[in-house]
Amino acid sequence: MAGILTIHNLTKKFGALTAVNNLSFTIKKGNVYGILGPNGSGKSTTLGIVLNVVNKTSGDFSWFGGDISTHDALKKVGAIIERPNFYPYMTAEQNLKLVCKIKGIDFSKIEEKLDVVGLLDRKNSKFQTFSLGMKQRLAIASALLNDPEILILDEPTNGLDPQGIHQIREIIKQIAQNGTTILLASHLLDEVEKVCTHVVVLRKGVKLYSGRVDEMIASHGFFELKAENVTALKTFLETNDTFGTITEDHGVLKVLLNEPLEALELNKILFEKGIVLSHLVKRKQSLEEQFLQLTDNQ
Amino acid sequence: MLRLLNLELQKLLLNRASKVLIFISFILPFTVLILSSIKINFFGLFTLELGELGIFNFPIIWHITTFFASQFKFFFAIVVVSMIGNEYSNKTIKQNLIDGLSKKEFILSKFYTIVFFSLIATLLIGIATLCIGLYYSSYTELSIIFRETNFLLAYFVKLVGFFSLCLCLAMLVKRSAFALGALFVLYIVEWIIFGVMAWQTGTETAEKIQGFFPLKSMYNLIKQPFQRVMITKFPDKTEMMYDYAVHSSDIIIVLVWTAIFVFLSHKLLMKRDL
Repeated sequence: MAGILTIHNLTKKFGALTAVNNLSFTIKKGNVYGILGPNGSGKSTTLGIVLNVVNKTSGDFSWFGGDISTHDALKKVGAIIERPNFYPYMTAEQNLKLVCKIKGIDFSKIEEKLDVVGLLDRKNSKFQTFSLGMKQRLAIASALLNDPEILILDEPTNGLDPQGIHQIREIIKQIAQNGTTILLASHLLDEVEKVCTHVVVLRKGVKLYSGRVDEMIASHGFFELKAENVTALKTFLETNDTFGTITEDHGVLKVLLNEPLEALELNKILFEKGIVLSHLVKRKQSLEEQFLQLTDNQ
Repeated sequence: MLRLLNLELQKLLLNRASKVLIFISFILPFTVLILSSIKINFFGLFTLELGELGIFNFPIIWHITTFFASQFKFFFAIVVVSMIGNEYSNKTIKQNLIDGLSKKEFILSKFYTIVFFSLIATLLIGIATLCIGLYYSSYTELSIIFRETNFLLAYFVKLVGFFSLCLCLAMLVKRSAFALGALFVLYIVEWIIFGVMAWQTGTETAEKIQGFFPLKSMYNLIKQPFQRVMITKFPDKTEMMYDYAVHSSDIIIVLVWTAIFVFLSHKLLMKRDL
């Protein structure tokens, strides 16, 4: 698989503060990447550096193997950073024409992309009349104009209402299905979990994890159990190697699994042992729990 | 180059405020020029005809029109500072860079626009002056008509230099109003430095050094023509003689400043995190 973006030992300091610390990762074609991290963890700064608007302190990055200059590479990239930035006095169409002129492409795609984000009927309205959701969708249309090899989105659903968030997510999923590489920065974990195949987890500018999402959520899940005879249940669980840590919360036992075990099987074994369950749920750890675990441990 | 100019023209001409200002900066000096050239009759009491003062004679007309037209450069200066100020306040400068414009191209697109509009202004003034001159001038030999057309060159260089200064100040302070304020501060600072130097070293040396200051050197390109008009009226008053010609040294100084301003603007943008 071809590498689209390679970041090597990238560091950015703002005075005494280190926003990005010795960060390295590679973006490969065809995957959907998420950059995860709490606010102020260096996500936007990292994207700012590779997008030519923030100067790096040290380290390297290279686009498409490093054969072309950053600003020429950016013509093959579609990116939205934080807030949609357009000329308020121009219409949607005029704004997109300007982007076409910058990227050096013709105007033929404008209508098609406006249609993708559902703004075709508003193409002659001035940008300043748009709602935040529409502005964000116009930004996506603008990022798609050149059929980019990679789409970079920084907090694309920030400040939107539930409907807006849903619309943007649907658009992103649609784009991902077409095979476009996506790099999505967000602090909303369920968002990343829903659309990404790979994640990079940052905290205070340091990389904590990078790899596949499903490998990050690699545990076998856990059971939530409740029974009349709690002591018997506890004793059974503690003596069995299949189960890991057991925690009790309001009479419900939460049992981590060390190896795969189906709910059906567990129920059968327990019943045979004379323990009758009143509550049995098998769950997977969510990305959020994994993420919190990861960021707390270090 | 055309692509960059085209980009900037779209940004300017779709904006109503800058469209109006550009219009004013071209039309106003033009109108003043035309109005001054017609005969004005004050209720039959007397007629004012500036043409009779001999100011529309070749070659002095080149000096007079370029001097007065350059007083209107402020309107376009507002356009220049606002075209930078707007990019910062709308954060479109960031978006432009993300979309694949390099920082160098960004500055160049602004600079090309400055050169483009300065060129148009020069051409318009040139044509208008030629027409009015041909109509009024007592001398119409070709050699006299085209003597002192170097005032046009001086006018062009003066505009480019002044607008480059505005570009640089706007890049420095990011806000259009503050940039105009900074321009005014620079004007005062130049005079204070001149005052201090005159006090320390004497007026003559101070004036020589003052000629290297950005604003003063631009002014020196086209000096005030009033004294010259007086001289043509009273040729015997030799104490009023002064050096009004366009000097290539002044042109070079302003061109060097222009290069410095454009270079500094680029340097500033390169160093900045947006």
